[in-house]
Amino acid sequence: MDLKIASGTANAEERNAVDSLLGQPSETSQGAQRDELGLRVSRGGGELRQLRHLLLPTLHSVNDRVGFISRGAINYISQRLDIAPAEIYGVATFYALFDTNERPARQVHVCIDLACRAASGCTEETIPEGAIPSPCLGTCERAPSVLVIETGVTVRQEVLAPATTKQIIELVAGKSAPIEQPIAQAAPQTPDASLVLLSRIGIVDPLSIDDYVSNDGYSALRKAFAIGAENVVVEVTASGLVGRGGAAFPTGRKWAAVASQPVKTRYLICNADESEPGTFKDRVLMEGDPFAMIESMTIAAFATGCQHGYIYLRGEYPRALRNLTNAIEVARSKKYLGDNILDSGFNFEITIFRGAGAYICGEETAIFNSIEGYRGEPRNKPPFPVEVGLFGKPTVVNNVETLFNVLPIINSSGEKYASWGSSGSKGKKLFCISGAVKKPGVYEVNFGATLRELINLAGGLKSGSQLQAVLLGGAAGGFVGPEDLDLELTLEAARAAGTTLGSGVVMVLDQSVNMVDQLQRIAAFFRDESCGQCVPCRVGTVRQQEALARLVKSSGTDNAAIDLQLLRDLGQVMRDASICGLGQTAHNAIDSALTRLKVFSA
Amino acid sequence: MSTQVTTGLQVRKSVELTIDGKKITAPEDSTLLDACRASGKEIPTLCYGDTITPKNACRVCMVELEGSRTLVPSCSRKVEAGMVVKTDTERTSHSRKLVLELLGSSVDLSLTKNVAKWNESYSANPSRFGAPSFHHDNRDDAVTGHHHSPDGQTAETVHQPVKIDNALYIRDYSKCILCYQCVDACGEQWQNTFAITTAGRGFDARISTEFAVDLTDSACVYCGNCIQVCPTGALMFTSEYEMRQDGTWNEPEQTQTDTICPYCGVGCALTLHVQDNTIVKVTSPSDHSVTHGNLCIKGRFGFQHVQNHASD
Repeated sequence: MDLKIASGTANAEERNAVDSLLGQPSETSQGAQRDELGLRVSRGGGELRQLRHLLLPTLHSVNDRVGFISRGAINYISQRLDIAPAEIYGVATFYALFDTNERPARQVHVCIDLACRAASGCTEETIPEGAIPSPCLGTCERAPSVLVIETGVTVRQEVLAPATTKQIIELVAGKSAPIEQPIAQAAPQTPDASLVLLSRIGIVDPLSIDDYVSNDGYSALRKAFAIGAENVVVEVTASGLVGRGGAAFPTGRKWAAVASQPVKTRYLICNADESEPGTFKDRVLMEGDPFAMIESMTIAAFATGCQHGYIYLRGEYPRALRNLTNAIEVARSKKYLGDNILDSGFNFEITIFRGAGAYICGEETAIFNSIEGYRGEPRNKPPFPVEVGLFGKPTVVNNVETLFNVLPIINSSGEKYASWGSSGSKGKKLFCISGAVKKPGVYEVNFGATLRELINLAGGLKSGSQLQAVLLGGAAGGFVGPEDLDLELTLEAARAAGTTLGSGVVMVLDQSVNMVDQLQRIAAFFRDESCGQCVPCRVGTVRQQEALARLVKSSGTDNAAIDLQLLRDLGQVMRDASICGLGQTAHNAIDSALTRLKVFSA
Repeated sequence: MSTQVTTGLQVRKSVELTIDGKKITAPEDSTLLDACRASGKEIPTLCYGDTITPKNACRVCMVELEGSRTLVPSCSRKVEAGMVVKTDTERTSHSRKLVLELLGSSVDLSLTKNVAKWNESYSANPSRFGAPSFHHDNRDDAVTGHHHSPDGQTAETVHQPVKIDNALYIRDYSKCILCYQCVDACGEQWQNTFAITTAGRGFDARISTEFAVDLTDSACVYCGNCIQVCPTGALMFTSEYEMRQDGTWNEPEQTQTDTICPYCGVGCALTLHVQDNTIVKVTSPSDHSVTHGNLCIKGRFGFQHVQNHASD
């Protein structure tokens, strides 16, 4: 491409950051220090354009090193990858963890989302000066939480939760966070080897493959190789497993659809962009049992004929990144990954792809664009990912928890797995319980436990707490009230009750929580996280937020009726006409609060 | 279900589907919008352009498709045998009305064709979200993932000053509905220049050069193909902009003359828009089989020599 590069030259640090990922530029390539002869030659245009998927990792590399993406850095990346500067700017400004303006090397992101503000009143206005307000950081079980990113030759990421205001001020001032709590603390049922999905949490060393292998690790993969790919799909289909990310699509059907594609180049994506406010189950699984993730991905890839897998990991999970990176390296060195895995003849590789602060990138087609180096905007469906997905090839996209379920299914059988749960919701389910309970954390139950049982499992309400509401399924889910405690937590019962389990969020809100404030935060969240592509979501989320702001003052008056109607109208157009699930669900929680909890009155 | 129809020399398969209770056949690969329009239905469109792959971003052309949980965008959804489509239901009307209201309340649609008519037919009332806000935070400086909390007293808009940074055309992004057509025309669909992009996210998403530099510092080659596809008047010849500012722009009095660009051997088709015997802007027929409405800087802007008179 005939690039036009405006003023701005990358400094040595920025060049190093780019080169550390892309390698040194050859003498005749764009961006290289050229001699007189070199200026007459240009190489690599077509080759370079095959590397566009390295754009986001390259931006990460620069951001990790210098803390922001300068004009010079964009110009250099532009030359190295043959992408126009404007396009890189469009991608860089899509992600909240990047900045195109110079900023301090140390960023203290303080969660101001639902669980954290309920716990501590952390809001945009109240957080200490110098801290950056952040959407849900996925450590809701020990709210309020803080993520510190200090850029440099080796980027440092630390999580502190719970964090006091004093600690946040100290973090902003440059103090290090104390060592993070043990992983297992987030799963109060553990250690308990009789659990199915959490069986190894708190028992194995997440960095040790020997520990993993001696605790049933890689037994499922061996069995999968023994029974063959088709039978793996048969078992998964028989298990009744459905996706655990929120959409509840039958996993077996998805796998069968990809396995039957005529196109042989196929991809597997593990959707680990867990960003739904109140959700942290995938984090606990990836941090505490990372080899299980590698094994289950390998089985999924074997069953569906994928050669390459990506873990699309949200950028705010440093411990999960460390443990997964280690697991992949170790698994590869022990021949559990790579060519001819366990002498089966099956080849499979996994790449971790870090998100950069965009909830929308958990949408399955937005992941494709993000990995391919474009703005993380969702694509149209049809065509569906099983036919045309990543790089235009058939692609399986499965949530982390979904994949973890594959191990017990293969280790025992689909039939055995289907014996757990209810008639319409098979198997085990993880719930993320946060808020006003004694022991918040990730809990494993059979589908069908009631909300009351689940809250009791988490130690019951905190002393002095009276239940005001429970948010099921996160910001895209819905509120239920104290009268719904006997709701069976199954997909069908939730649907019949007009609510959803979504990603398994159970956020328990007591009388101290300001529900209006929670609703305003949900509206702000969707406004911030809308990709901006379609009108119903881009403008609808803003109008929804404005209407709520008016209702705060007008509730109980005649004017409230107008805005309540306006909200219903907005909800309908967002649900009916938005491109993707983000816009389609952006009114759900607010709608439930208006209709079930009667937060505002006309 | 499928039959074959002959169009010219090509044999195209056709499929049968039902639109508003009536069975129709439509060529395979055509869209629901094509099929609806062919059977006489009027479907509003805003972001749709006939030379660009539909982005279906505006969502005003939504129709109801049996078996689909949500409405579907007719501009990009391909016809399939057996589809049962409804174009005029409570849901489609609601969506169109709300989309018109959402855009009308946040964007200056004064130069967008048909909007007044559609507002009337769908009873859209953009002012019901409150008085428009014209606060002047520079949208180019928006911080991704952050915003100022609204108080609800005014309705936020995309209002911002007109960008005038070159002699040939202006960019008035207060009129931009984010149809993406200019980005696609500048980039991979036509020009392959990639001078502009969508930057930012959500309501702050905006068309921009890298770091919002002036066009003169960007990769822009002034082909004006972005102006050609802009459906809202956000991108405009400076000549037109200045005449509109002066109140001398008089479209009904203008004539349009088709001719061939004199500069090179390609022979692009030009449409000269002439007012008072002066060329005021140049477009190109979008249905031209060679250029599809695209020109280069010479064809688009290089017309002054035609009207340099000896007496000038």
